[in-house]
Amino acid sequence: MASPTRLERSARPGSMLLNMGPSHPAMHGTMRIMLELDAERIVNAECEIGYLHRGFEKTCENKTWFNLLVYTDRLNYVSPLINNLGYAMTVEKMLGVAVPERAQLIRVLVSELSRVADHLTCLAAMAMESGAFTVFLYLIKAREYLWDVVEFTTGARMTTSYIRIGGVRADLHADWRAALAAAVAETRRVLKDVSGLLDNNSIFVGRTRGVGAISREDALSYGWTGPCLRSTGVPYDVRKARPYLVYDRLSFDVPVGENGDNYDRYAVRMREMEQSLRILEQAAALLPDAPPLPDGPVIEPEEAVCRSRRRRAVERVRLPPNLEGSEKERLPGLATSDGPVTVPAKEDTYTTMEGLIGHFLFFMRGKGIRPPKGDVYFSVEGGNGELGFYIVSDGTDRPYRLHLRAPCLHIVSALEELIKGRLVADVIPTFGSLNMIGGEIDR
Amino acid sequence: MLVDALIVLAKAVLALAWTLLLALFLTWVERKESAVIQDRVGANRASVMGLRLFGLFQPLADAIKMFFKEDFTPSFAQRALHRLAPALSFFFVSVTVVAVPFGDTVHLFGRAVPLQVVDLSAAVLFALAMLSLGTYGILVSGWASASRFALIGSLRGAAQLISYEAALGLSLVGLVMVFPSLSLARIVEAQGGLLFGFLPRWGVFLQPLGFAVFYIAGMAGTKRVPFDMPEGESEIIGFYTEYGGLKFGLFMFADFLEVIVLAVLSTTLFFGGWQVPWLGGEGFAFPWGGRLALAPWAVSALRVLAFNLKVLFFCWLQVLTRWTYPRFRYDQVMDLGWKVLVPLGVVNILATGLVLAAR
Repeated sequence: MASPTRLERSARPGSMLLNMGPSHPAMHGTMRIMLELDAERIVNAECEIGYLHRGFEKTCENKTWFNLLVYTDRLNYVSPLINNLGYAMTVEKMLGVAVPERAQLIRVLVSELSRVADHLTCLAAMAMESGAFTVFLYLIKAREYLWDVVEFTTGARMTTSYIRIGGVRADLHADWRAALAAAVAETRRVLKDVSGLLDNNSIFVGRTRGVGAISREDALSYGWTGPCLRSTGVPYDVRKARPYLVYDRLSFDVPVGENGDNYDRYAVRMREMEQSLRILEQAAALLPDAPPLPDGPVIEPEEAVCRSRRRRAVERVRLPPNLEGSEKERLPGLATSDGPVTVPAKEDTYTTMEGLIGHFLFFMRGKGIRPPKGDVYFSVEGGNGELGFYIVSDGTDRPYRLHLRAPCLHIVSALEELIKGRLVADVIPTFGSLNMIGGEIDR
Repeated sequence: MLVDALIVLAKAVLALAWTLLLALFLTWVERKESAVIQDRVGANRASVMGLRLFGLFQPLADAIKMFFKEDFTPSFAQRALHRLAPALSFFFVSVTVVAVPFGDTVHLFGRAVPLQVVDLSAAVLFALAMLSLGTYGILVSGWASASRFALIGSLRGAAQLISYEAALGLSLVGLVMVFPSLSLARIVEAQGGLLFGFLPRWGVFLQPLGFAVFYIAGMAGTKRVPFDMPEGESEIIGFYTEYGGLKFGLFMFADFLEVIVLAVLSTTLFFGGWQVPWLGGEGFAFPWGGRLALAPWAVSALRVLAFNLKVLFFCWLQVLTRWTYPRFRYDQVMDLGWKVLVPLGVVNILATGLVLAAR
């Protein structure tokens, strides 16, 4: 018998206790909301997180700087590329390395793709849980087009691990321009449809307007960031406040709301997607096409290894499909060359002794990336807000301590206050508009 | 006497079979129509001997699946009531159709056979009563499940259905005043004439406000989005949280039957039932003077067809609504019922009375 919860101890004798989640269709399996009800009215609420806890921060202390990147994919699993970015840039700040401009533009491109996908998913879930299933499928359809671009380039939809410390893993896929144009056009079309279905829909407005409202001061004191904070009218966006990558060279607006209610959160996200699409178009225009690979005979890796035993092979080496885009000729634009920060070119590993040694030096225990002693905080604008990494290094090949500032945690901590005194049905759009992501909140 | 009884029995079987088949068909319509709305393909895999027919066999596959699922009753439920609830829901909604005329009188072997199971003199009241009794299925299921989600759902359902029953009843008073009868057969016959010489004398033209109130209140009675408070699957999962297998199937089927009943009642009360515009017993007599003589059997067939098409139209409309709108909140539904629809129903009665008195 579990000990009684705070809510159970304080509940009045006559009221009904209702346990929403973690097995509840709207709780995404990762949250539990206990409600004390007077008929349909919520007298008191208690939120419980931790159902997706997997010890991310502790695990990171036992993984090398390079290896723990894959764990960041699983933080905000709706926009994994931004998590990759946040981690990579924090470590870059510790190392003090500069990233080539092409890699920066690619990073902006994939971050904004992820941001749109994140907002689409949030609004889709919010709409579906309010009963608008059609809107859900429309938004998810647009997300598929965006993820096509991501998948072409990174080879995965979710577990991308594409942005690496010092750059990106590979160049964009050869067809990325066409895929991106299709994705942007399709997303615009879907956003127009969804605006038509929801913006002035009296049922939707009635369910969201004035529901779950929070004041600017409260939002700030809870530590809200991102679209949820901006919906209260605070124009705080890490991309503007502390510009990183090339965001200071791109023109985009920071949409803000007024009331900080569910409808404003919906509207801010809708308008932010428009801005992200603008950024995507600008970044695509700034990005030159990838330099063509030199012509000439191509040999298989086995062949290259064989030949190089006598004399270095001069032919180009065919890389396996999972390394497509990270050819040696392209790497200078994609990754920094300051010290052993990035995986050395695979062609060299196959064909030269120095390359092979470099490879081992990168991956061997105690070698590889070793930031100097010290601690660093760096944050990027994630889908939900300020995604920050605080990392302490003791100079070894793995972090001494890694802390994630997950925007969700601060936002969801206000949920109890937002739903108190409202109706059971109000929990759903409120919870949906906050965009709780289990992977990020539980770590 | 025996022959008469057999005829009634045959018509009852026919009407029930028609309703159930239509409900099965409606599950397919719902899947396909939502798929078209949402840019999907929809169910198209169920096949018989390799024949797919756009997934028309899907309802059969669903039915078979429901039959073979485990008939599960939670240990904390009240077994007898838990078993009774789906039957109650299903029964009350499926008997409503017996009072509805689905065609005019046909003459078979020298015998006049009205195409209606029984011509009840108070059929309008009967239909309303049966729809209200369906509430018991919801209440009993929520209580017997002993689950808090189900209980909230059933309380919401009972409150909603009873509230909208008021609006539903008020909306029909005006109609009954215009076509002074409570028998559905008389009401349909009364809608056969013409208004201003060209417009069919349908209830919707005489009682537009009455129809609006009736249709919205009826939609609320079907408990589907945007009025799916009792289910609200992403909020409270609904009054059938603790049901599975065929029992759940019966609830779902009763929902589709309610859609059909609303379509049938809308057709019968406001859209002329089996009446075809300008079609009399001898054939068409168009308002611009044209005439088209038809054999009596052709007239009867056209009328049955017209009834079916109208019902299908209203089913289609309801599915369209269901996949377009988000869900109301419970208090908003109550506000709409008591503060908008009931006053409108009263206004409609007053206006109808004034017009009738002035004539």
